[in-house]
Formats: sequence, C-alpha cells, structure tokens
Amino acid sequence: MTSSVRQQLLISGVGGQGVLFVTRLLAEAAIAKGLPVFTCETHGMAQRGGTVVSHLKVGDYHSPLVRAGQADGLLVLKSENLDQHSVFLKPGGWVVVNAGRNETVSVPGTAFALDADRLARDAGNAKSLNLIVLGYALSVSERMKTSRSRLFCTLADVEDVLKNSFKSKDTQAAAFLAAVKIGYSALTA
Amino acid sequence: MSGRRLLLGNEAMARGLVENGCRMATSYPGTPASEILSAVAQFKLAEKLTMHVQWAVNEKIALEIAYAGCMTGLRTAVSMKQVGLNVASDPFMSAAYMGVKGGFILISADDPGPHSSQTEQDSRMVAMTAKVPVLDPDSPRQAKEMIGAAYALSEAFRTPVMLRPTTRVCHSRQDIELLPVAAAAGIEAKFDRDPARWAATPKFRHKLHLELEEKLAAIAAYAPTAPVRLNPEASARKAVVAAGVAAAHAREILQELGIWKKVALYQVRQPFPLHIAFIEHLLGAYRDILVLEETAGVIEMQLADRRRVKGKQSGTVPRVGELTPERIQALLGDFAGIRTRTVTVAGAPGRRPTLCAGCPHRASFFAIKKAAPRGIYTSDIGCYTLGMNLGAVDTVLCMGAAITQAAGFYHAFRRAKKPPDIVATIGDSTFFHAGIPALIDAVVQRVKFTLVILDNRTTGMTGNQPTPASGFGVCGEPLEAVDLESLVRGCGVTYCRTGDPYQLKDFIALTKEAVAHGRENGPAVLISRHPCILDRARKGERSAFVAVEVSDRCNGCGFCIKNFECPALIHHTEDKDHRRTTIDSALCAGCGVCLQVCPRGAFRTKKMR
Repeated sequence: MTSSVRQQLLISGVGGQGVLFVTRLLAEAAIAKGLPVFTCETHGMAQRGGTVVSHLKVGDYHSPLVRAGQADGLLVLKSENLDQHSVFLKPGGWVVVNAGRNETVSVPGTAFALDADRLARDAGNAKSLNLIVLGYALSVSERMKTSRSRLFCTLADVEDVLKNSFKSKDTQAAAFLAAVKIGYSALTA
Repeated sequence: MSGRRLLLGNEAMARGLVENGCRMATSYPGTPASEILSAVAQFKLAEKLTMHVQWAVNEKIALEIAYAGCMTGLRTAVSMKQVGLNVASDPFMSAAYMGVKGGFILISADDPGPHSSQTEQDSRMVAMTAKVPVLDPDSPRQAKEMIGAAYALSEAFRTPVMLRPTTRVCHSRQDIELLPVAAAAGIEAKFDRDPARWAATPKFRHKLHLELEEKLAAIAAYAPTAPVRLNPEASARKAVVAAGVAAAHAREILQELGIWKKVALYQVRQPFPLHIAFIEHLLGAYRDILVLEETAGVIEMQLADRRRVKGKQSGTVPRVGELTPERIQALLGDFAGIRTRTVTVAGAPGRRPTLCAGCPHRASFFAIKKAAPRGIYTSDIGCYTLGMNLGAVDTVLCMGAAITQAAGFYHAFRRAKKPPDIVATIGDSTFFHAGIPALIDAVVQRVKFTLVILDNRTTGMTGNQPTPASGFGVCGEPLEAVDLESLVRGCGVTYCRTGDPYQLKDFIALTKEAVAHGRENGPAVLISRHPCILDRARKGERSAFVAVEVSDRCNGCGFCIKNFECPALIHHTEDKDHRRTTIDSALCAGCGVCLQVCPRGAFRTKKMR
C-alpha cells in the first residue's frame, strides 16, 4: 500500500462521451490498489449534451472537489473544454487532450494531443474515444521523468479493473480493453 | 456483502438505510436525490431483505406512505430533491407535531449552484419552519454514518429527522466500508390507537406544539449530534464554523494554506436546532467568527449576538451560488489575514445541454411550432424543458404548471381581439405527479388550449425510473399499469388523440387538428407517444437504424439547425460561399426524423453500397 500517493485529476468532456465511465474506471483502479479515492461527478440536466466534468482525488482528501490551480493532470475528451478547465491545472501539470491534427493546443502545462475521434472511427466504434484517451494518458504517464507526475495507476491496473470490478460480459470487457490499448499504443504508432 | 466499495453518496445513504434496519423506503425521482431509492432496491434484492421500496406518484404521497409506516413502529425513510420537499411540506409540517413511533428520516437533497434545479433553496430552512432537527453531512461516508445517528435521534425524541445532503455529497463517490445489514425480523408492525395524537384537533395540536418545543430544547443539548472541533491543537481567537461540504473544503484548505493551527475549526453536524452550549462557547471564546454553510445562513441566524460574526447575514459570504473551494480559499485567507492566490473559475460558459439525438420530444416540438407558430408555449419540469433551445418552450415554473399557466394565459387573453393559441407540454411522469388536478380544473373552467403529453414511457431526466403507466416497480416487480388515455378522459376531457412523433408528417397533421379543436372547443389533449431512446438503450432494445446523408440539395440555409437543433447536425459556415450541414455519425441515433424536416428535401436515406 502506497498511502503517500496524493493525486488530483480532472476528466472533462460533453454529455454522452463517457466521462463518468473513465472516472469510475480510474476510481476502481485506486480501490483495487488499496488507495482512498474521492470523485465528484456531473449528473442530471448538464449530462444532456452539456459540458461534463469529473473531479478525481486519490489519497487522503476531505473535499470532493479539485481546486483551481491544483490538478496534477487533465484528461480532456473535447478540446473546446480547455478554455474552461485548464484553470484547474497546477503549474507544470499535464494535459492529455482529444484534438484534431490541425488544432493548436495551448495550456499552462505540458500538453499531449491525440485525435481520438479519428482513431475511434477507424476502429469502428466512435463511442470508444473516452477509453482511447485514457489509454493514451497511461502511455504518456509511463514516459514521464519524475514518478510524482505519473498517473497513480498503469495499463495493467486498468486491465485488472476491466476484468474484475465491472460485471460486464467478457466480450464487452475485451472491447473496452481493446480501445484502451489503441490509445496506449498510439504514441509508438 | 462486505468490504470497501466505491459508493456514490446516494448509494452510501441507501446502504446506511439497510444497515440500520429501514423497513420502508419511498421516493419520487429528482436530481440530485434520484439514485437513493434505486440503490435501496438493489441492496434489497442483493441481500433478500424484507422491506417495501417504491417510487410514489409524487413527493407528498411518498412522504405520507413512509410516515404511516413509522407510525406502526417500523423504521422508514423518504427521499426527494429540495423542490420536491415543497410538494411534501404539507404532511411534513403536520408530522413534526404528531411525532413518530419508529424512526423516520426525510432525506432532502439540496442543489447549491444550482446545477439541476429551479431554486437554490435551503431545506434546512424548511426543517426550521417545521421545527424538525436536521443533519448536514460533508461526504458520502459521513452521510452513511448520519443515517444511524438520525434514526437514533428520531427514536430518542419521537420526532422526524431531516438529513440534508447537497449535490456534492449525493454525486461524489468514495471508498466506503460495507457493514452487515440489520436483521429486519423482530419488529412487527403494530398500530396503537391514539386519536389525540394521530388525528389531533386544534385543541390537541396546541398541546403537541408545546411538546415539540420541549423536544427541540432537549435536542439542542443532545450530545451525539453536537458540533465537533476538528483541530483541537490550534489555539486561536478566531473560529471558523462550517457545515456540510463547506466543512470538508475548509478542512483541506486550512491545512494546505498552512493556517491549520491559526484558526479554530468547528464542524456543525446538526445545523438546527443549533446546540445552545456551543452558541455560548463560541460567542464567549472567540473574537472573530466566520460561518461557512450552504445555501442560507441557518447556523448564523441562530447566533443571537452577531456583532463578531461574519457570514451570509453580514454580507461576507456570498448568498448566491455554490460555496466552491475557490471561494472558500479566498474567504479563509482573508479571515486569517494571509494573502492567497485568487483564482476564479468562470471561464467559458461551456456547452448548453440539449435533447439527445433521436429524442422523440424534438419531433413533438417541431410539430407544435408548425401547428401553432405564434402560440404561447407553456412547459414543465423534465428533459423537455430543453425545448427552449428550439423556441418551443416559453415558460417553466414548477411540476404541473404547464397546464395551470396555460389556463392563466387563456383567462388573461380571453377578451383580446385575437387570443393566441396556447399549447402546453408536459411529460408523462410530470403529468401523473401534478398535472391531473390542473387538467380537471381546465376542463371545469372550459379553458381553450391544447395539452401535448410527451409520453416517452419513463421518467427521463432523472435516469429512467418507471411511471405509473409502466406496470413495474423499482425492483422490476410487476405492478398495475394506469392507462393514460383513460385517465385523461376520466378528467373530463372529450378530445384525446394519440400519435407517434417519429411519423412526423402525420403527427404534424394531428397536432394541427388538436390545436384547432383546442382553440375553438376547450381542452384538447394530444398524447405524443414514443419511448425514450436512452431508456430503450438501457434495456438493450434498439429499433432499425435509419442511416441518413445530406445531398447536394443542401444550401446550408440552417433551417434544420435552428428549428430542429439535433446535436448530430453540424452547420458549416466557415466558408460563406459553401455553407452546408453534415451529420456527425458518432452522435446520430438513426431516428430518421430529419428526413422529414428539410424544406428542400436535402436529407435522404443513405444508399447501401
């Protein structure tokens, strides 16, 4: 148990993109590793295609919300949300963003952009973009120099959660994992 | 079932209920409280518990059923959102006087912000008006613990107890230890006749009111719910008093700003009645006091001498909107006399919510605008409030008001030379909830208007709970189904038609006919029936996918964007000479309704290669 882990993340997108699913997956990964976890989600009216943001805090926290300027990293499923949510990033933090090839991404930290919409379409499942972005974040995280900036979990952890914690059918878990791996291998491709 | 599980705040409260032997749980769905009852149902099924769990037609009915349950000595609970408490306030006020036998908890979830509500009202004020104690949890974990505390308090003083979580408690997830569920057997329902209490006339009510005041005075000295000092190590002349999520934010921020030992931090767990000894200690021991609470100054108001108190009443703490951690950071910094980095989270407004691609309501609104282009459109609470994006919703007041506001407009315009057509829209669940007495009134008063009941066979906005027409309950158990057409006719309506909005051309004709009838002859009801696509997807059902493409006929006029507003339609206007509309295949639900929308006929079925 690595109880000294303290990590604050934001997952941002629009309703229907699967922000809640990614949040849930990461939270389950934290629990499987024996880490305390706290998330905060958007439900109801805002979920109908509106802006959706989840806060995820791993480690010893009391408040469910990440404060502006405190997030270690941002997972952004819709690049237009950067205008609204990059204020949460701490100086030197990282952003993994789903953005088209011709888009310019400017954030106060380090940005890693990926056209997850295109990868998802190519893979034949446009709705898998959320897991592709997650997979990409996992691979980006592995290449970070300091362990403190890395994600609290790895591809293997996410794989375990998909296999164990979600009561989904095996074929569904396999499809989810395949999408995560598309994002994970995008960096080398 | 045990061990650490990731639980939503609402699931945590549900777990608290079953762990504490709750035998009856009722609710009407409403964000942010909706998931409480469905989670109770899941625990009931998983652990094979003996308990009654039900969605009620509205919050008043839900409260009355659960309250009668506690009169037989069982532990019961009712949950709702804060505006639902307005609907249930009549029995709630009276129940406070009569008291309880078995423990009775009312969970009323507030929505500071507001994120998904009409108002930012503070349920603790209602508890104060009713003279009922209220507990204010700071997290899912504490909300679960407070269920046990609330039952103990309820039974110790024979009073209903309110638990008041806010959105950030309801919709946060935390790793939480599951404890075994309480053995439900043992207590049997037993009703002791006591008309002087359970059917009290005003004379007895006076006596009950006296009893209630005595209870409140004793509860204000009840040790288990007294405020707690979170940082006993700090020695200070300044104190922060916080409750609910604001206490959780304050606890974290004081530590991170390095002023944990500079100010005393108290958490109030029971904001009403505030403990008398605590009030005396606070006002006696501290030079400056800052009160952080959502959304009204309930704790602050109970501090009689407020000369040294900073809060909502003093104007220090904002009265409107959520107390976000950024706001709390600035308030705590100022209070402790240190400089903090001010960051405001406002930025871009973000995307407005919209009806889902493939939502049948969109087709209904399109038809209504065709049938009554210059009408007044009264509407109601639900997904279809988003019909305002299509210009087909002019008013939204509260549950059921689409019909009564239509009546009000009719009476107001009665003597006008050319009275406008009035078309009201209401969802099926909302119609059952509060629309029926309104429709009877409109029939009696011969109100000339058209009511379109948007019957998507579910309670959509809150996560697809069943309606009285569904024929099944919260656990999936078979129940009686009420027939909507018979109900409408039973209200005295003589003109009632039903159509499928996906068959847009026919539905427009049907709507025109209904509006013409409503204009001339009094209430016309049109039931627009097509199941919610989210509900169908959730059940694994799917209808044939109509693949649509945009042909060269599209001149990019934007008619479909403005009047149909489907999120799967993208308008390209970057190049002024080549405006056009395309379809986002990731969002398109394949409903095929847009085929009938374009005046130039530019949408067509995709040819198979």
